[in-house]
Amino acid sequence: MKTDQRRRILSATMTTLTALCALFAVLVLLVILGYIIWRGVGALNWRFLIDTPKPVGEGGGIGNAIVGSLLLIALASAMGIPFGIATGLYLAEYGGGRFGNLVRFVADTLTGVPSIVVGVFVYAVIVLPMQQFSAFAGSVALAVIMVPIVARTTEEMIRLVPGSLREAALALGAPQWRATLGIVMPAAASGIATGAMLAIARIAGETAPLLFTAFGSRFFSLYLDQPIASLTVQIYNYAISPYDEWHAQAWAATLVLMALILAINFAVRFFTRRRY
Amino acid sequence: MSTPTPTIKVATEREARRAGEVDLFTPVVTAAPKIRVESLNFFYGRTQALHDISLDIPERVVMAFIGPSGCGKSTFLRTLNRMNDIVPNTRIEGRVLIDGRDIYAPGTDVVALRRKVGMVFQKSNPFPKSIFENVAYGLRINRLFSSRAELEARVEQALRDAALWEEVKDRLKASALGLSGGQQQRLCIARALAVKPEVLLMDEPASALDPIATQKIEELIVELKKNYTIVIVTHNMQQAARVSDFTAFFWMGKLIEVNTTEKMFTNPDQKLTEDYITGRFG
Repeated sequence: MKTDQRRRILSATMTTLTALCALFAVLVLLVILGYIIWRGVGALNWRFLIDTPKPVGEGGGIGNAIVGSLLLIALASAMGIPFGIATGLYLAEYGGGRFGNLVRFVADTLTGVPSIVVGVFVYAVIVLPMQQFSAFAGSVALAVIMVPIVARTTEEMIRLVPGSLREAALALGAPQWRATLGIVMPAAASGIATGAMLAIARIAGETAPLLFTAFGSRFFSLYLDQPIASLTVQIYNYAISPYDEWHAQAWAATLVLMALILAINFAVRFFTRRRY
Repeated sequence: MSTPTPTIKVATEREARRAGEVDLFTPVVTAAPKIRVESLNFFYGRTQALHDISLDIPERVVMAFIGPSGCGKSTFLRTLNRMNDIVPNTRIEGRVLIDGRDIYAPGTDVVALRRKVGMVFQKSNPFPKSIFENVAYGLRINRLFSSRAELEARVEQALRDAALWEEVKDRLKASALGLSGGQQQRLCIARALAVKPEVLLMDEPASALDPIATQKIEELIVELKKNYTIVIVTHNMQQAARVSDFTAFFWMGKLIEVNTTEKMFTNPDQKLTEDYITGRFG
């Protein structure tokens, strides 16, 4: 009787503790979100979203930074996601041997490399030879960060697809590559998309690797061989400035960045939702 | 223990028809078997799973494989369409002839083989696609149709052959995963039938189904025998007795006895078979 009661009290205590931890984690997120909205919404208006930066006291906006960020994210995704998915596919399907283990180890290590190191690396191999900061160099830096994340999630997701599905396709006379592309990949699609999304969210918030690659700009630009503005670098520059107006703009830009990531999130989820 | 050759009266189909002894439900044993296996050995790494198996399977009959778990009957079934190829570290010795041609000969087109020798698995495994697309998959990858109308016609025919058409004709675009277990298994049969195989391998196709769904599958097997050679692995001896013309008994990786099902279940040649069938072990 006594042990029974102790067990019950222990169980209740632990349940409460874990619930409190969960609540705390969510609370922190909500506080951050709320604080950003509270601080950012004041400087937010249509002109702010479409203007280029102006000197202190003349308003100005982050239109070029939004365009720049979108361009950087799109280009980095175009390079990093296919690369990562192909790598993950290889690891899941043929990565049983020593080479596969090596690739896996390198990918895991690369995930843990500080992003500024990636920035310096791209500075050395692309910016220096080109003698120019460029949107291309920025995208490459972001893509390098994406590849290991996408590769490992893709591998995990493909491994989750039951072997019986692959066997069914093979038994119908499908060559292995068709079974993989036509049956296994679609079955893992929503998981792979989640991985890609995580990677996008991660790079959308990166500042360090862009400092020596895309550098930043005060003008609208779509040229890949020219420096380009990005929300994160813009936020960084404004936040360390001594002007209150720029601080307010940094808050507003932060809010825009978060909305952007959220929008990408929803879009990807929508297009890869399970249809069957 | 020796492996006796089954004592089956051998007659060509034509002779049998002329003599008027045959209707569609009596097994016709043609002189040349559909499948002939000659001293087959199979290894998982160092473990030998199949020992010197020789067996003839006539055309358009149902042959059942029975035996206790782990006796090698599923492994043997999977050697007949080379599904074991995808299992790493396996090795095979001996020959498997289908229509007189060795399917393990170098240069064999495994894709063509698997189209000719279809398979239905123990656990129903529909693709996460629509009902229609599940059946159409094999047709699409093998390019077995020339127009949308033909594709639709062949999907319908396959679903009719699998006795599923009436239940799904109004929701072909719905997810296959929304079907019941028995329907899913019949869908998998339809999917296998769509590519018009000549042989159908079934690995315990009804083991996860309730009695009513099982009955439907069994009726289907008897019906399919008119056009297909069917090899079915089953744990259920009543099922083997109900649907098959011939039965092969496997034990510890060896083929102990092959006989007509009737003889097998009434007066088997081997003591071991009798012990197993009467439930003295296994």
